[in-house]
Amino acid sequence: MALKKPYSDVPGTTVFDADMLRMGYHLNQFCMSLMKAENRDRFFADQKAYLDEWEMTDEQKQAVLDRDYNKMISLGGNIYFLAKIFSSDGQSFQFAAATMTGMSQEEYAQMMLDGGRSLEGNRFVGEKE
Amino acid sequence: MAKITAGVATSHIPAVGAAIDLGKTKEDYWAPLFEGYEFSKKWMSENKPDVIILVYNDHASAFDLKSIPTFAIGCAQEFQPADEGWGPRPIPTVKGHPKLASHIAQSVIQSDFDLTVVNEMDVDHGLTVPMSLMFGQPEEWPCLVIPLAVNVVVFPPPSGNRCYQLGKAIRKAVESFNEDLNVHIWGTGGMSHQLQGPRAGLINKEFDADFLDRIVKDPEPLAQTPHIDYVRDAGSEGIELVMWFVMRGALDDDVEQVHRFYHVPGSNTAVGHLILENHS
Repeated sequence: MALKKPYSDVPGTTVFDADMLRMGYHLNQFCMSLMKAENRDRFFADQKAYLDEWEMTDEQKQAVLDRDYNKMISLGGNIYFLAKIFSSDGQSFQFAAATMTGMSQEEYAQMMLDGGRSLEGNRFVGEKE
Repeated sequence: MAKITAGVATSHIPAVGAAIDLGKTKEDYWAPLFEGYEFSKKWMSENKPDVIILVYNDHASAFDLKSIPTFAIGCAQEFQPADEGWGPRPIPTVKGHPKLASHIAQSVIQSDFDLTVVNEMDVDHGLTVPMSLMFGQPEEWPCLVIPLAVNVVVFPPPSGNRCYQLGKAIRKAVESFNEDLNVHIWGTGGMSHQLQGPRAGLINKEFDADFLDRIVKDPEPLAQTPHIDYVRDAGSEGIELVMWFVMRGALDDDVEQVHRFYHVPGSNTAVGHLILENHS
């Protein structure tokens, strides 16, 4: 029997379940390697070469090079693992979150100051139409 | 006899740790958040425990995808602050209580809660930010800490009810420890927030207010909340709130709420904080 996914109709949200984990295993383990300073140095010296050491798909590698976090998530990346990439880049969670919403960091930060994104129209896929 | 005298719940946002470490707590952005913890620091100095059982989640620091323990108890002598990608936080080493931790593990495993025993691990912002919020920046932490890590990173996390029942089992274990100790239990994480995807930034103040009311007064039905309700209504990372039930389960049914604080935003997150005292 397939896994039940009652969360599949939550808009703009990917739940990191067993299927995503299998897809993203090596991508996330690559992220994990960036917790060591010497690996960060090697990664920044030649990002493509460092990525080629991992059993990742070309699409995953390209998404990392592009710092396309939505793409990485769609390919099995988990946000807490991906955090190692933007932390290594010297960027904050708020920066990364803003890029995923298509807003500038200033716009996103202002939205948070104004109380955050409203739930209205954001509970079910298609609700906004 | 060891006794659980109080529970603390608080969010554990990494940017809050950075604000403390970089001396930004008086800045306009952060000041309202830290003001909510002024009472708490004073309360901590007057109600200092010997040991804190600190329920938190690891954020891909000690545990990667090689193994994913649903519940893991830290039985080590000490735990170093993790390097989460920008170097370890400049805070004291967290000292454990291996004897009580092993006692709890033995007791709750024999009560059907299969904890993973961890004898070596670093602790990340999930554990250290609540410490900093409650104690400020001391040279040494004033008490010992037993880390209890709950998986909320890989779906599914344990249910709220499972966490609540584990809290009850932990209380029994603590009360059967043959040494006079004042023990606190802390539940961390939450409240509503979403850190990923186009819906990032979601906050639900109504959900949070209701949760804060009910976890104090009527936790048992609230513990039945299904995961999908957290994901849909409190954001994908709002599901961290299940960890508060371990804390709540370890306390009396009737508790005294001595402090409640709520603030938006802490970076991407709604900050919630409670201090509850046992009086039985």
